[in-house]
Amino acid sequence: MSGLSKIGVIVEDDGIGPAEWGNALPILHQVRHALRKLRETGEPTLIDLRAMPFGPGDEERLVGLLGRGEVEARVEALGPTRIWETAYPGVWLVDHRNAQDERRALHIEVSTIPAILRSQDEDIADALIRLDACIASDSGAAYPSPTDV
Amino acid sequence: MSDPMGFLLWVKGPAFDWALAIFALGMFARLVEIFMLGRQVNYAEPKGSEWGPGFKTVFTRTFADPGTFARSPFDVVLGWIWHIGFLVALLLFIPHIELFKSVLGLSWPGLPNPVVDAITAITVLGLLLALWHRLSSPVKRFISTPQDYLVWAVTFLPVLTGYLAYHRLINPYPLALGLHILTVEVFLVVFPFTKLTHVFTAFIARWYNGAIFGRKGIES
Amino acid sequence: MAERKTLNESLRERGVSRRGFLKFCTVTASLMALPPSMAPAIAAALERARRPSVIWLSFQECTGCTESLTRSFSPTVEDLILDVISLDYHHTLQAAAGHQAEAAREQAMKDNHGEYILIVDGSLPGPDMNPGYSTIAGISNYQMLMEGVAGAKAVVAVGTCAAFGGLPAAGPNPTGAVAVMDLVKDKPVINVSGCPPIPEVITGVLAHYLVFGTPPELDEYNRPKVFFGQSIHDRCYRRPFYDKGLFAETFDDEGARKGWCLYRLGCKGPSTYNACATMRWNSGTSWPVESGHPCLGCSEPRFWDAGGFYEPLSTPLIAEGPTVAVAGFAGAVAGGALAAMAKKATAAAVAQRQPVKVEELEQSLEGQP
Repeated sequence: MSGLSKIGVIVEDDGIGPAEWGNALPILHQVRHALRKLRETGEPTLIDLRAMPFGPGDEERLVGLLGRGEVEARVEALGPTRIWETAYPGVWLVDHRNAQDERRALHIEVSTIPAILRSQDEDIADALIRLDACIASDSGAAYPSPTDV
Repeated sequence: MSDPMGFLLWVKGPAFDWALAIFALGMFARLVEIFMLGRQVNYAEPKGSEWGPGFKTVFTRTFADPGTFARSPFDVVLGWIWHIGFLVALLLFIPHIELFKSVLGLSWPGLPNPVVDAITAITVLGLLLALWHRLSSPVKRFISTPQDYLVWAVTFLPVLTGYLAYHRLINPYPLALGLHILTVEVFLVVFPFTKLTHVFTAFIARWYNGAIFGRKGIES
Repeated sequence: MAERKTLNESLRERGVSRRGFLKFCTVTASLMALPPSMAPAIAAALERARRPSVIWLSFQECTGCTESLTRSFSPTVEDLILDVISLDYHHTLQAAAGHQAEAAREQAMKDNHGEYILIVDGSLPGPDMNPGYSTIAGISNYQMLMEGVAGAKAVVAVGTCAAFGGLPAAGPNPTGAVAVMDLVKDKPVINVSGCPPIPEVITGVLAHYLVFGTPPELDEYNRPKVFFGQSIHDRCYRRPFYDKGLFAETFDDEGARKGWCLYRLGCKGPSTYNACATMRWNSGTSWPVESGHPCLGCSEPRFWDAGGFYEPLSTPLIAEGPTVAVAGFAGAVAGGALAAMAKKATAAAVAQRQPVKVEELEQSLEGQP
């Protein structure tokens, strides 16, 4: 990639700015609908932004409109996943990326907390076993944790 | 040819070539025949010119005279509506303008798609109404021949299939577009051998009528 | 029969937590264009699923489909090869060559008889054509395909060449190239067309097969409806311009720079079914129309022969001028001949005309009602 960055790219600005393709607004309505449902029934909703017929800039506009809130989290599993609560509590953005930090999926999760942040039963069961072993061992040496792959 | 895309490529390819060739052959034969047979020699002294009044009539006969209008207003009004609608859909729809550009080399501005769409819907209804009137009016039904119904059908189907294709009401789209082009090809093939030739001969006939009056020195 | 670990087992062995596994399932659901709520169902299926053996046969192809697959990131090709499938033979990607490679192929086919997935890219000369047009290790494409199909559970034809014949089959088709589905009638054939297909579509179809063990719902061309069910036209972000009648007339004119519809520049979007308008290319970076180029219709059969790429969809395929001129001339001659004959007959009748007196006429009419 470094070789490509040396190529001088001239961007001509002819005054015609980015057009509004109008695809962000329907998603916002969908989010509002889901947020209302969350409030009334407690049921979460997942909106997959992958298969939306976005025009150039629509996705950025949508994410920009949703903004950022108080919470930011990062999960390291098969690559980083960035999660943040938008400026609208209950509306989260979950950005799954692979080990090369390339986006693999982008979801809007309307929920009290995104599912991926919860600790899983299987992992908890595993943790009990390892903690027992850790307590039982003389040196109390740390065992390899799952993040050391 | 047995799959939608194969069907579309056949109608856009060899079938279109054949249809256009038959149309050209038929129409040229008709027109050359008409002009070569010509008119009977008129030995009377001409009292005026033929050409000016002839061309004038070509335009003025577009509007029905008051007597005709009084006798059958329905036919006159409905005829106007669906003829104009047909011409708008044919000539002012941008994909059709591209077609003419590719065949004739000429192009002209078109109308926005939703406008053409609305006009096409009106045309479809107009044609259906025309058929209904032909079937329900006793005089019209009595004088109608099989050719009248055939010509109605080959005129109606391209408009209908075009509307269906534009709205993607038939799937997959290559099938819808192929059907539309096929109905147009049928129209072209049938054209020179039926009263559809009025598209050309009506203007020739109007000229002749005007010319006759002009030669006699009366208002055309 | 080789003992294969389930996907879950092989991921846990690599130290991937349950949470990581769920992330994988969520991404896979997205990849298969399934609603994200299906991630738990996918997790349940992947837990039980054994990595299928995959044999990839490349015939008359440009290797673009393999290139496309190696650009797919989700899962990464390494992940795909190591975890999701067992790619037992791919003569471009694999390290082995020559007889060793062919022996590996034959061994994999024997070990997994009836269970492996056969992926084919590139079209192949038909059974009646000279097999020398395309061979691998001296074996004709046709023979290799039929041997491969015999023990396969399903066949995935990747790319327009394998699905429909593609470029080798374009006029005049010198090798007599045919599509896979023209030759394989006894096993399910899934067509993943496109020139090349979007990488995520290839992996999405494989993922679907892995998760559910069955092919996804297919259209009349055996393409998965989930990716090929919508036309480009119906999902194009420039559609409002088409509807309003705002078209780019030439490249880089004002309309083109404003992002107007590319119909007049030859866009085949209305008759093309693919996922480019929604999934886009290079992990959602862009796609041809967004870059300002009309859609070629590359996922449709015979798109190479379907009229010029820069001719609008509504134009005929064959040059009309000479045909119309010749036909018109023939018509003029015919019409002229008819008119001349009629005139001659009239002149002859006039020459032979006999005068009739009024009394004679009245007498002949008296007998009539």
